[in-house]
Amino acid sequence: MALLEIREVTMKFGSLMANRDVTFDLEEGSIVGLIGPNGAGKTTLFNCISGYYTPSSGKIFFDGKDITSSSANEIAKLGAVRTFQVVHPLKEMSVLDNTLIGAFLRTSNVKEASEVAMECIKACHLEEMVHRKAGTLTIGQKKRLEMARALATQPRILMLDEAMAGLTSTEVRASVELIKSIRDQGITLLVVEHIMEAIMPIADKVVVLDGGEKIAEGPPKEIINDEMVITAYFGEKFAKRLKEAKLS
Amino acid sequence: MLTRKHISKDVKWWIVVAVLAALPLMGVLPSSYTEHVLILIMLYGSMAQAWNVIGGYCGQTSFGHSVFFGIGSYGAAMAVVTFGFSPWPGAMVGALLAAGVAVVLSGPCFKLKGHYFAIATFAIVEIFNRLFMVWDWVGGALGLDYPLVEEGWMNFMWYDSKKGYYYGALILMIFVFGVVRKMEKMRFGYYLLAVREGQETAESLGVNSTRVKLSAMALSAFLAAICGAFYAQYNFRVDPSMVMSLDMSMKFVLITILGGLGTFWGPLLGAAVLIPLQEYSRAFIGGMGGGVDLMIFGLIIVLVMVKQPRGIMGILDDIAMKSREKKEGDH
Repeated sequence: MALLEIREVTMKFGSLMANRDVTFDLEEGSIVGLIGPNGAGKTTLFNCISGYYTPSSGKIFFDGKDITSSSANEIAKLGAVRTFQVVHPLKEMSVLDNTLIGAFLRTSNVKEASEVAMECIKACHLEEMVHRKAGTLTIGQKKRLEMARALATQPRILMLDEAMAGLTSTEVRASVELIKSIRDQGITLLVVEHIMEAIMPIADKVVVLDGGEKIAEGPPKEIINDEMVITAYFGEKFAKRLKEAKLS
Repeated sequence: MLTRKHISKDVKWWIVVAVLAALPLMGVLPSSYTEHVLILIMLYGSMAQAWNVIGGYCGQTSFGHSVFFGIGSYGAAMAVVTFGFSPWPGAMVGALLAAGVAVVLSGPCFKLKGHYFAIATFAIVEIFNRLFMVWDWVGGALGLDYPLVEEGWMNFMWYDSKKGYYYGALILMIFVFGVVRKMEKMRFGYYLLAVREGQETAESLGVNSTRVKLSAMALSAFLAAICGAFYAQYNFRVDPSMVMSLDMSMKFVLITILGGLGTFWGPLLGAAVLIPLQEYSRAFIGGMGGGVDLMIFGLIIVLVMVKQPRGIMGILDDIAMKSREKKEGDH
Protein backbone atom coordinates (compact mmCIF):
# COMPACT_ATOMS: atom_id res chain seq x y z
CA MET A 1 0.00 0.00 0.00
CA ALA A 2 1.28 3.41 -0.95
CA LEU A 3 1.54 6.13 1.71
CA LEU A 4 -0.60 8.57 -0.24
CA GLU A 5 -3.19 7.37 -2.74
CA ILE A 6 -4.96 9.81 -5.02
CA ARG A 7 -7.96 8.24 -6.71
CA GLU A 8 -9.83 9.89 -9.58
CA VAL A 9 -9.76 13.31 -7.96
CA THR A 10 -11.86 15.89 -9.79
CA MET A 11 -12.08 19.50 -8.72
CA LYS A 12 -14.57 21.83 -10.37
CA PHE A 13 -14.90 25.57 -9.91
CA GLY A 14 -18.22 26.30 -11.57
CA SER A 15 -17.75 25.07 -15.11
CA LEU A 16 -13.96 25.08 -14.87
CA MET A 17 -12.36 21.66 -14.39
CA ALA A 18 -9.15 22.36 -12.48
CA ASN A 19 -8.49 18.64 -11.96
CA ARG A 20 -10.08 15.75 -13.83
CA ASP A 21 -9.84 12.14 -12.67
CA VAL A 22 -6.29 12.45 -11.40
CA THR A 23 -4.95 9.18 -9.99
CA PHE A 24 -1.48 8.36 -8.70
CA ASP A 25 0.38 6.93 -5.69
CA LEU A 26 3.13 8.23 -3.47
CA GLU A 27 5.37 5.40 -2.26
CA GLU A 28 6.85 5.81 1.20
CA GLY A 29 10.38 7.23 1.12
CA SER A 30 10.27 8.44 -2.47
CA ILE A 31 10.51 11.82 -4.14
CA VAL A 32 7.68 12.44 -6.57
CA GLY A 33 7.79 15.42 -8.90
CA LEU A 34 4.54 17.02 -10.00
CA ILE A 35 5.10 19.06 -13.16
CA GLY A 36 3.12 20.68 -15.92
CA PRO A 37 2.55 24.06 -17.57
CA ASN A 38 1.02 27.01 -15.73
CA GLY A 39 -2.66 26.45 -15.04
CA ALA A 40 -2.31 22.65 -15.26
CA GLY A 41 -3.93 22.27 -11.82
CA LYS A 42 -0.88 21.44 -9.73
CA THR A 43 -1.61 23.86 -6.91
CA THR A 44 -5.31 22.93 -6.96
CA LEU A 45 -4.35 19.29 -6.49
CA PHE A 46 -2.08 20.36 -3.61
CA ASN A 47 -4.96 22.22 -2.02
CA CYS A 48 -7.16 19.14 -2.34
CA ILE A 49 -4.59 16.87 -0.73
CA SER A 50 -3.77 19.26 2.10
CA GLY A 51 -7.40 19.90 2.99
CA TYR A 52 -7.88 23.46 1.74
CA TYR A 53 -10.35 22.25 -0.88
CA THR A 54 -12.67 19.28 -0.75
CA PRO A 55 -12.57 17.59 -4.17
CA SER A 56 -15.82 17.58 -6.18
CA SER A 57 -15.38 13.84 -6.56
CA GLY A 58 -12.73 11.19 -6.02
CA LYS A 59 -10.89 10.01 -2.90
CA ILE A 60 -7.58 10.67 -1.20
CA PHE A 61 -6.11 8.17 1.24
CA PHE A 62 -3.22 8.80 3.61
CA ASP A 63 -1.74 5.65 5.08
CA GLY A 64 -4.98 3.86 4.23
CA LYS A 65 -7.17 6.48 5.93
CA ASP A 66 -9.69 8.45 3.91
CA ILE A 67 -8.72 12.13 4.24
CA THR A 68 -10.82 13.45 1.36
CA SER A 69 -12.94 15.72 3.52
CA SER A 70 -10.58 16.22 6.47
CA SER A 71 -9.64 19.77 7.41
CA ALA A 72 -6.17 21.20 6.84
CA ASN A 73 -5.14 21.01 10.49
CA GLU A 74 -6.28 17.38 10.81
CA ILE A 75 -4.23 16.38 7.78
CA ALA A 76 -1.21 18.19 9.16
CA LYS A 77 -1.66 16.32 12.43
CA LEU A 78 -1.74 13.00 10.58
CA GLY A 79 1.60 13.92 9.03
CA ALA A 80 1.07 15.45 5.59
CA VAL A 81 2.33 19.04 5.63
CA ARG A 82 2.64 21.53 2.77
CA THR A 83 4.40 24.76 1.96
CA PHE A 84 2.88 27.57 -0.06
CA GLN A 85 3.87 28.72 -3.54
CA VAL A 86 3.32 32.31 -2.43
CA VAL A 87 5.24 32.39 0.85
CA HIS A 88 3.17 32.98 3.97
CA PRO A 89 5.54 33.97 6.76
CA LEU A 90 4.04 34.91 10.13
CA LYS A 91 5.54 38.35 9.62
CA GLU A 92 5.63 39.83 13.11
CA MET A 93 7.07 36.66 14.62
CA SER A 94 10.75 35.74 14.62
CA VAL A 95 12.17 32.90 12.52
CA LEU A 96 12.42 30.80 15.67
CA ASP A 97 8.83 31.50 16.71
CA ASN A 98 7.61 30.70 13.19
CA THR A 99 9.35 27.35 13.32
CA LEU A 100 8.14 26.73 16.88
CA ILE A 101 4.54 26.82 15.64
CA GLY A 102 5.42 23.81 13.49
CA ALA A 103 7.27 22.03 16.28
CA PHE A 104 4.36 22.52 18.71
CA LEU A 105 2.35 20.05 16.67
CA ARG A 106 4.21 17.17 18.34
CA THR A 107 4.87 18.59 21.80
CA SER A 108 3.44 21.30 24.01
CA ASN A 109 6.71 21.63 25.92
CA VAL A 110 8.38 24.89 24.87
CA LYS A 111 11.89 23.64 25.55
CA GLU A 112 11.52 20.45 23.53
CA ALA A 113 9.82 22.33 20.72
CA SER A 114 12.64 24.91 20.68
CA GLU A 115 15.21 22.14 20.26
CA VAL A 116 13.34 20.61 17.32
CA ALA A 117 12.84 24.07 15.80
CA MET A 118 16.54 24.93 16.08
CA GLU A 119 17.51 21.69 14.35
CA CYS A 120 15.20 22.45 11.45
CA ILE A 121 16.41 26.04 11.26
CA LYS A 122 19.98 24.77 11.03
CA ALA A 123 19.05 22.21 8.39
CA CYS A 124 17.61 25.03 6.31
CA HIS A 125 20.64 27.30 6.91
CA LEU A 126 18.73 30.01 8.71
CA GLU A 127 20.65 29.96 11.98
CA GLU A 128 21.93 33.50 11.54
CA MET A 129 18.38 34.78 11.18
CA VAL A 130 16.91 33.05 14.26
CA HIS A 131 15.76 36.20 16.01
CA ARG A 132 14.93 38.25 12.92
CA LYS A 133 11.28 38.98 12.20
CA ALA A 134 10.07 36.75 9.37
CA GLY A 135 8.68 39.73 7.46
CA THR A 136 12.19 41.16 7.02
CA LEU A 137 13.72 38.09 5.29
CA THR A 138 14.62 37.92 1.60
CA ILE A 139 12.50 35.76 -0.69
CA GLY A 140 15.03 32.93 -0.64
CA GLN A 141 15.13 32.96 3.13
CA LYS A 142 11.35 33.06 3.34
CA LYS A 143 11.18 29.95 1.13
CA ARG A 144 13.63 28.18 3.41
CA LEU A 145 11.60 29.29 6.43
CA GLU A 146 8.53 27.66 4.86
CA MET A 147 10.52 24.42 4.67
CA ALA A 148 11.94 24.70 8.18
CA ARG A 149 8.49 25.30 9.59
CA ALA A 150 6.99 22.35 7.74
CA LEU A 151 9.91 20.11 8.73
CA ALA A 152 9.47 21.06 12.38
CA THR A 153 6.07 19.33 12.38
CA GLN A 154 8.01 16.09 11.80
CA PRO A 155 5.85 15.11 8.83
CA ARG A 156 5.68 11.78 7.00
CA ILE A 157 4.92 13.55 3.74
CA LEU A 158 6.29 16.95 2.89
CA MET A 159 4.60 18.72 0.00
CA LEU A 160 6.63 21.53 -1.53
CA ASP A 161 4.85 23.94 -3.82
CA GLU A 162 7.52 25.56 -6.01
CA ALA A 163 9.97 25.85 -3.17
CA MET A 164 12.72 26.84 -5.62
CA ALA A 165 10.97 29.41 -7.80
CA GLY A 166 12.71 32.76 -7.75
CA LEU A 167 15.89 31.45 -6.17
CA THR A 168 19.43 32.01 -7.49
CA SER A 169 21.20 28.99 -8.99
CA THR A 170 23.35 28.61 -5.87
CA GLU A 171 20.23 28.62 -3.72
CA VAL A 172 18.61 26.05 -6.01
CA ARG A 173 21.59 23.72 -5.61
CA ALA A 174 21.38 24.09 -1.82
CA SER A 175 17.66 23.34 -1.93
CA VAL A 176 18.23 20.20 -3.99
CA GLU A 177 20.74 18.97 -1.42
CA LEU A 178 18.27 19.79 1.34
CA ILE A 179 15.48 17.85 -0.38
CA LYS A 180 17.76 14.84 -0.75
CA SER A 181 18.72 14.95 2.91
CA ILE A 182 15.05 15.20 3.89
CA ARG A 183 14.34 12.09 1.84
CA ASP A 184 17.26 10.33 3.53
CA GLN A 185 15.56 10.94 6.86
CA GLY A 186 12.71 8.80 5.56
CA ILE A 187 10.31 11.60 4.71
CA THR A 188 8.30 11.20 1.53
CA LEU A 189 8.24 14.22 -0.76
CA LEU A 190 5.76 15.53 -3.28
CA VAL A 191 7.39 18.39 -5.14
CA VAL A 192 5.75 20.81 -7.54
CA GLU A 193 8.52 22.37 -9.58
CA HIS A 194 9.17 24.26 -12.80
CA ILE A 195 12.94 24.01 -12.62
CA MET A 196 13.50 20.70 -14.44
CA GLU A 197 17.25 20.67 -13.86
CA ALA A 198 16.50 20.59 -10.16
CA ILE A 199 13.72 18.05 -9.97
CA MET A 200 14.56 15.56 -12.74
CA PRO A 201 17.83 14.24 -11.27
CA ILE A 202 16.38 13.57 -7.81
CA ALA A 203 12.82 12.42 -8.51
CA ASP A 204 12.00 8.72 -8.30
CA LYS A 205 8.83 9.34 -10.23
CA VAL A 206 7.33 12.24 -12.15
CA VAL A 207 3.64 12.95 -12.66
CA VAL A 208 2.73 15.35 -15.46
CA LEU A 209 -0.49 17.36 -15.43
CA ASP A 210 -1.88 19.32 -18.36
CA GLY A 211 -5.25 21.05 -18.46
CA GLY A 212 -6.18 19.38 -15.18
CA GLU A 213 -5.55 15.84 -16.41
CA LYS A 214 -2.68 13.48 -15.81
CA ILE A 215 -0.96 12.95 -19.15
CA ALA A 216 2.04 10.91 -18.03
CA GLU A 217 3.53 9.18 -15.02
CA GLY A 218 6.83 7.39 -14.68
CA PRO A 219 10.54 7.62 -13.92
CA PRO A 220 12.19 10.87 -15.17
CA LYS A 221 14.03 8.98 -17.92
CA GLU A 222 10.78 7.89 -19.53
CA ILE A 223 9.09 11.23 -19.03
CA ILE A 224 11.69 13.18 -20.98
CA ASN A 225 11.10 10.90 -23.94
CA ASP A 226 7.33 11.03 -23.71
CA GLU A 227 5.89 12.62 -26.85
CA MET A 228 2.83 14.00 -25.11
CA VAL A 229 4.86 15.67 -22.40
CA ILE A 230 7.22 17.16 -24.96
CA THR A 231 4.32 18.66 -26.92
CA ALA A 232 2.42 19.85 -23.88
CA TYR A 233 5.19 21.17 -21.75
CA PHE A 234 8.89 20.84 -22.60
CA GLY A 235 8.99 21.68 -26.31
CA GLU A 236 11.45 19.88 -28.66
CA LYS A 237 14.45 22.05 -27.98
CA PHE A 238 14.23 21.82 -24.22
CA ALA A 239 13.64 18.08 -24.24
CA LYS A 240 16.83 17.65 -26.23
CA ARG A 241 18.79 19.82 -23.82
CA LEU A 242 17.39 17.93 -20.88
CA LYS A 243 18.39 14.57 -22.39
CA GLU A 244 21.91 15.79 -23.06
CA ALA A 245 22.23 17.16 -19.55
CA LYS A 246 21.05 13.85 -18.21
CA LEU A 247 23.49 11.79 -20.25
CA SER A 248 26.53 13.83 -19.37
CA MET B 1 11.45 31.92 23.90
CA LEU B 2 13.62 31.31 26.91
CA THR B 3 15.91 34.28 26.73
CA ARG B 4 17.19 36.80 29.20
CA LYS B 5 14.77 39.40 27.87
CA HIS B 6 11.82 37.46 29.24
CA ILE B 7 13.29 36.94 32.66
CA SER B 8 13.86 40.64 33.01
CA LYS B 9 10.27 41.28 31.95
CA ASP B 10 9.10 39.21 34.90
CA VAL B 11 11.44 41.06 37.23
CA LYS B 12 10.15 44.40 35.97
CA TRP B 13 6.61 43.22 36.55
CA TRP B 14 7.22 42.29 40.18
CA ILE B 15 8.93 45.65 40.76
CA VAL B 16 5.80 47.43 39.48
CA VAL B 17 3.65 45.27 41.76
CA ALA B 18 5.91 45.91 44.78
CA VAL B 19 5.84 49.68 44.23
CA LEU B 20 2.05 49.69 43.89
CA ALA B 21 1.75 47.59 47.05
CA ALA B 22 4.04 49.88 49.02
CA LEU B 23 2.48 53.21 47.97
CA PRO B 24 -0.37 53.35 50.52
CA LEU B 25 1.90 52.11 53.33
CA MET B 26 4.46 54.84 52.73
CA GLY B 27 1.75 57.46 53.11
CA VAL B 28 2.78 59.24 49.93
CA LEU B 29 -0.69 59.26 48.42
CA PRO B 30 -1.98 62.80 48.97
CA SER B 31 -5.69 62.06 48.98
CA SER B 32 -8.22 59.31 48.66
CA TYR B 33 -8.90 60.78 45.23
CA THR B 34 -5.40 59.78 44.13
CA GLU B 35 -6.13 56.34 45.53
CA HIS B 36 -9.32 56.27 43.52
CA VAL B 37 -7.43 57.08 40.32
CA LEU B 38 -4.85 54.37 41.02
CA ILE B 39 -7.60 51.84 41.69
CA LEU B 40 -9.17 52.70 38.35
CA ILE B 41 -5.83 52.42 36.55
CA MET B 42 -5.38 48.91 37.96
CA LEU B 43 -8.98 47.97 37.16
CA TYR B 44 -9.02 49.35 33.61
CA GLY B 45 -5.51 48.01 33.01
CA SER B 46 -6.80 44.54 33.94
CA MET B 47 -9.87 44.96 31.75
CA ALA B 48 -7.73 46.00 28.80
CA GLN B 49 -5.38 43.07 29.45
CA ALA B 50 -8.37 40.70 29.45
CA TRP B 51 -9.42 42.11 26.07
CA ASN B 52 -5.83 41.97 24.86
CA VAL B 53 -5.98 38.14 24.94
CA ILE B 54 -8.44 37.99 22.06
CA GLY B 55 -8.06 41.47 20.54
CA GLY B 56 -4.31 41.90 20.75
CA TYR B 57 -2.61 38.50 20.89
CA CYS B 58 -5.18 36.72 18.74
CA GLY B 59 -6.05 39.70 16.52
CA GLN B 60 -9.85 39.41 16.68
CA THR B 61 -11.32 42.84 17.40
CA SER B 62 -14.28 42.38 19.72
CA PHE B 63 -16.57 45.24 20.69
CA GLY B 64 -18.63 42.86 22.77
CA HIS B 65 -16.58 42.78 25.94
CA SER B 66 -18.91 45.02 27.93
CA VAL B 67 -21.37 42.10 27.77
CA PHE B 68 -18.95 39.74 29.51
CA PHE B 69 -17.92 42.50 31.89
CA GLY B 70 -21.61 43.10 32.64
CA ILE B 71 -22.33 39.42 33.27
CA GLY B 72 -19.54 39.43 35.87
CA SER B 73 -20.98 42.57 37.49
CA TYR B 74 -24.41 41.06 37.67
CA GLY B 75 -22.99 37.82 39.05
CA ALA B 76 -21.49 39.61 42.05
CA ALA B 77 -24.38 42.04 42.50
CA MET B 78 -27.07 39.38 42.38
CA ALA B 79 -25.23 37.25 44.89
CA VAL B 80 -25.29 40.17 47.32
CA VAL B 81 -28.55 41.96 46.48
CA THR B 82 -30.85 39.16 45.39
CA PHE B 83 -29.53 36.21 47.37
CA GLY B 84 -27.96 38.02 50.30
CA PHE B 85 -24.61 36.33 50.55
CA SER B 86 -20.96 36.98 49.69
CA PRO B 87 -20.13 38.27 46.17
CA TRP B 88 -17.29 35.76 45.72
CA PRO B 89 -19.31 32.77 44.48
CA GLY B 90 -21.41 35.17 42.39
CA ALA B 91 -18.30 36.50 40.71
CA MET B 92 -17.14 32.95 39.98
CA VAL B 93 -20.50 31.91 38.53
CA GLY B 94 -20.62 35.16 36.53
CA ALA B 95 -17.15 34.58 35.11
CA LEU B 96 -17.92 31.00 34.09
CA LEU B 97 -21.22 32.11 32.57
CA ALA B 98 -19.47 34.89 30.68
CA ALA B 99 -16.98 32.37 29.27
CA GLY B 100 -19.86 30.13 28.23
CA VAL B 101 -21.79 32.97 26.63
CA ALA B 102 -18.61 34.08 24.85
CA VAL B 103 -18.12 30.64 23.31
CA VAL B 104 -21.78 30.33 22.24
CA LEU B 105 -21.85 33.82 20.71
CA SER B 106 -18.46 33.77 19.04
CA GLY B 107 -18.93 30.35 17.46
CA PRO B 108 -21.03 31.81 14.64
CA CYS B 109 -19.23 35.20 14.73
CA PHE B 110 -15.85 33.58 14.02
CA LYS B 111 -17.21 32.42 10.68
CA LEU B 112 -16.92 36.11 9.83
CA LYS B 113 -13.52 37.64 9.26
CA GLY B 114 -11.95 41.00 10.06
CA HIS B 115 -14.37 43.92 10.07
CA TYR B 116 -17.42 41.71 9.81
CA PHE B 117 -16.53 39.98 13.03
CA ALA B 118 -16.19 43.38 14.74
CA ILE B 119 -19.60 44.52 13.46
CA ALA B 120 -21.28 41.35 14.70
CA THR B 121 -19.89 41.93 18.19
CA PHE B 122 -21.31 45.48 18.12
CA ALA B 123 -24.78 44.09 17.65
CA ILE B 124 -24.39 41.71 20.59
CA VAL B 125 -23.86 44.60 23.02
CA GLU B 126 -27.12 46.23 21.94
CA ILE B 127 -29.02 42.98 22.27
CA PHE B 128 -27.78 42.32 25.80
CA ASN B 129 -28.32 45.92 26.86
CA ARG B 130 -31.99 45.79 25.84
CA LEU B 131 -32.42 42.33 27.30
CA PHE B 132 -31.17 43.37 30.73
CA MET B 133 -33.23 46.59 30.58
CA VAL B 134 -36.49 44.65 30.47
CA TRP B 135 -35.48 41.65 32.58
CA ASP B 136 -37.06 42.21 35.99
CA TRP B 137 -35.32 39.32 37.73
CA VAL B 138 -31.98 41.15 37.33
CA GLY B 139 -33.43 44.52 38.29
CA GLY B 140 -34.46 45.83 34.88
CA ALA B 141 -33.56 49.37 33.89
CA LEU B 142 -33.21 50.47 37.53
CA GLY B 143 -30.49 47.95 38.16
CA LEU B 144 -29.42 46.59 41.54
CA ASP B 145 -28.50 48.76 44.53
CA TYR B 146 -26.36 47.20 47.25
CA PRO B 147 -27.75 47.06 50.77
CA LEU B 148 -25.52 48.05 53.71
CA VAL B 149 -23.47 45.01 54.56
CA GLU B 150 -20.61 44.38 56.92
CA GLU B 151 -17.24 45.73 55.76
CA GLY B 152 -14.38 43.42 54.93
CA TRP B 153 -12.96 40.89 52.46
CA MET B 154 -15.82 38.46 52.97
CA ASN B 155 -18.29 40.93 51.47
CA PHE B 156 -15.60 42.75 49.47
CA MET B 157 -17.08 46.01 50.68
CA TRP B 158 -15.56 49.01 52.44
CA TYR B 159 -17.14 52.35 53.24
CA ASP B 160 -14.69 54.70 55.01
CA SER B 161 -11.36 53.89 53.44
CA LYS B 162 -10.42 52.79 49.95
CA LYS B 163 -7.50 50.64 51.17
CA GLY B 164 -9.44 47.41 50.77
CA TYR B 165 -10.39 48.23 47.20
CA TYR B 166 -6.87 49.36 46.48
CA TYR B 167 -5.40 46.00 47.44
CA GLY B 168 -8.33 44.22 45.85
CA ALA B 169 -7.56 45.95 42.55
CA LEU B 170 -3.89 45.11 42.94
CA ILE B 171 -4.70 41.42 43.46
CA LEU B 172 -7.04 41.53 40.47
CA MET B 173 -4.26 42.99 38.36
CA ILE B 174 -1.70 40.44 39.57
CA PHE B 175 -4.15 37.68 38.69
CA VAL B 176 -5.11 38.93 35.21
CA PHE B 177 -1.59 39.96 34.19
CA GLY B 178 -0.19 36.78 35.71
CA VAL B 179 -2.52 34.62 33.63
CA VAL B 180 -1.55 36.48 30.47
CA ARG B 181 2.17 36.28 31.27
CA LYS B 182 1.84 32.53 31.82
CA MET B 183 -0.09 32.26 28.55
CA GLU B 184 2.63 34.15 26.65
CA LYS B 185 5.12 31.45 27.61
CA MET B 186 2.90 28.51 26.69
CA ARG B 187 2.13 26.83 23.38
CA PHE B 188 -1.33 28.39 23.53
CA GLY B 189 0.22 31.88 23.54
CA TYR B 190 2.28 31.12 20.44
CA TYR B 191 -0.77 29.67 18.72
CA LEU B 192 -2.71 32.89 19.35
CA LEU B 193 -0.01 34.89 17.57
CA ALA B 194 0.12 32.39 14.72
CA VAL B 195 -3.64 32.66 14.17
CA ARG B 196 -3.35 36.45 14.17
CA GLU B 197 -0.43 36.51 11.76
CA GLY B 198 -1.80 33.98 9.31
CA GLN B 199 -4.72 31.70 9.93
CA GLU B 200 -4.12 29.70 6.75
CA THR B 201 -0.49 29.12 7.59
CA ALA B 202 -1.36 28.14 11.14
CA GLU B 203 -3.86 25.60 9.82
CA SER B 204 -1.25 24.15 7.47
CA LEU B 205 0.94 23.49 10.52
CA GLY B 206 -1.79 21.62 12.36
CA VAL B 207 -3.27 24.46 14.40
CA ASN B 208 -7.04 24.18 14.84
CA SER B 209 -7.67 27.91 14.50
CA THR B 210 -11.34 27.77 15.44
CA ARG B 211 -10.57 26.02 18.70
CA VAL B 212 -7.73 28.44 19.46
CA LYS B 213 -9.97 31.46 18.87
CA LEU B 214 -12.82 30.06 20.95
CA SER B 215 -10.49 29.22 23.85
CA ALA B 216 -8.99 32.70 23.69
CA MET B 217 -12.44 34.23 23.69
CA ALA B 218 -13.50 32.15 26.69
CA LEU B 219 -10.39 33.10 28.67
CA SER B 220 -10.75 36.75 27.70
CA ALA B 221 -14.43 36.83 28.71
CA PHE B 222 -13.69 35.04 32.00
CA LEU B 223 -11.07 37.62 32.97
CA ALA B 224 -13.27 40.54 31.84
CA ALA B 225 -16.14 39.23 33.97
CA ILE B 226 -13.97 39.11 37.09
CA CYS B 227 -13.09 42.77 36.46
CA GLY B 228 -16.83 43.41 36.13
CA ALA B 229 -17.49 41.88 39.54
CA PHE B 230 -14.93 44.23 41.06
CA TYR B 231 -16.58 47.17 39.29
CA ALA B 232 -19.99 46.41 40.81
CA GLN B 233 -18.48 46.03 44.28
CA TYR B 234 -16.65 49.32 43.91
CA ASN B 235 -19.70 51.28 42.77
CA PHE B 236 -22.19 49.62 45.17
CA ARG B 237 -24.58 49.19 42.26
CA VAL B 238 -25.03 47.96 38.72
CA ASP B 239 -27.46 48.76 35.91
CA PRO B 240 -27.47 47.87 32.22
CA SER B 241 -26.27 51.19 30.80
CA MET B 242 -23.46 51.37 33.35
CA VAL B 243 -21.82 48.10 32.31
CA MET B 244 -23.31 46.79 29.08
CA SER B 245 -22.79 49.70 26.73
CA LEU B 246 -20.73 50.50 23.68
CA ASP B 247 -19.01 53.24 25.73
CA MET B 248 -17.71 50.57 28.09
CA SER B 249 -16.77 48.26 25.21
CA MET B 250 -14.81 51.07 23.61
CA LYS B 251 -12.73 51.53 26.75
CA PHE B 252 -11.52 47.92 26.58
CA VAL B 253 -10.47 48.49 22.99
CA LEU B 254 -9.05 52.02 23.15
CA ILE B 255 -6.90 51.55 26.23
CA THR B 256 -5.26 48.49 24.69
CA ILE B 257 -4.72 50.12 21.31
CA LEU B 258 -3.25 53.24 22.89
CA GLY B 259 -0.90 51.18 25.06
CA GLY B 260 0.09 48.67 22.40
CA LEU B 261 -1.87 45.75 20.96
CA GLY B 262 -0.65 42.29 21.81
CA THR B 263 1.99 43.47 24.27
CA PHE B 264 2.20 42.60 27.95
CA TRP B 265 2.72 46.18 29.13
CA GLY B 266 0.42 47.94 26.68
CA PRO B 267 -2.84 47.66 28.68
CA LEU B 268 -1.23 49.00 31.85
CA LEU B 269 0.48 51.88 30.02
CA GLY B 270 -2.70 52.75 28.16
CA ALA B 271 -4.69 52.82 31.40
CA ALA B 272 -1.98 54.84 33.15
CA VAL B 273 -2.29 57.53 30.48
CA LEU B 274 -6.01 57.54 29.76
CA ILE B 275 -7.53 57.03 33.22
CA PRO B 276 -5.88 60.04 34.94
CA LEU B 277 -6.85 62.14 31.93
CA GLN B 278 -10.42 60.94 32.18
CA GLU B 279 -10.70 61.43 35.92
CA TYR B 280 -8.92 64.77 36.21
CA SER B 281 -10.62 66.25 33.17
CA ARG B 282 -13.91 65.21 34.72
CA ALA B 283 -12.96 66.82 38.00
CA PHE B 284 -11.67 70.10 36.56
CA ILE B 285 -13.67 70.71 33.41
CA GLY B 286 -16.65 68.51 34.20
CA GLY B 287 -18.75 71.68 34.37
CA MET B 288 -18.55 71.92 30.60
CA GLY B 289 -20.84 68.95 30.41
CA GLY B 290 -20.29 65.21 30.10
CA GLY B 291 -18.21 63.67 27.41
CA VAL B 292 -15.22 66.00 27.56
CA ASP B 293 -13.11 63.06 28.67
CA LEU B 294 -14.23 61.06 25.66
CA MET B 295 -13.26 63.93 23.35
CA ILE B 296 -9.79 63.95 24.86
CA PHE B 297 -9.68 60.12 24.55
CA GLY B 298 -10.51 60.45 20.88
CA LEU B 299 -7.94 63.14 20.20
CA ILE B 300 -5.12 61.19 21.85
CA ILE B 301 -6.05 58.01 20.01
CA VAL B 302 -6.00 59.83 16.67
CA LEU B 303 -2.64 61.43 17.43
CA VAL B 304 -1.03 58.19 18.56
CA MET B 305 -2.42 56.18 15.65
CA VAL B 306 -1.10 58.70 13.14
CA LYS B 307 2.33 58.86 14.75
CA GLN B 308 2.77 55.29 15.91
CA PRO B 309 0.15 52.59 15.26
CA ARG B 310 1.84 50.27 17.71
CA GLY B 311 0.85 52.61 20.55
CA ILE B 312 2.91 53.70 23.53
CA MET B 313 4.83 50.41 23.46
CA GLY B 314 5.78 51.18 19.87
CA ILE B 315 7.06 54.62 20.85
CA LEU B 316 9.09 53.13 23.71
CA ASP B 317 10.51 50.41 21.44
CA ASP B 318 11.62 53.02 18.93
CA ILE B 319 13.34 55.03 21.65
CA ALA B 320 15.09 51.92 22.98
CA MET B 321 16.18 50.96 19.47
CA LYS B 322 17.60 54.43 18.79
CA SER B 323 19.58 54.54 22.02
CA ARG B 324 20.95 51.06 21.28
CA GLU B 325 22.02 52.13 17.81
CA LYS B 326 23.64 55.23 19.27
CA LYS B 327 25.58 53.13 21.77
CA GLU B 328 26.78 50.78 19.03
CA GLY B 329 27.72 53.82 16.95
CA ASP B 330 29.94 55.12 19.76
CA HIS B 331 32.20 52.08 19.68
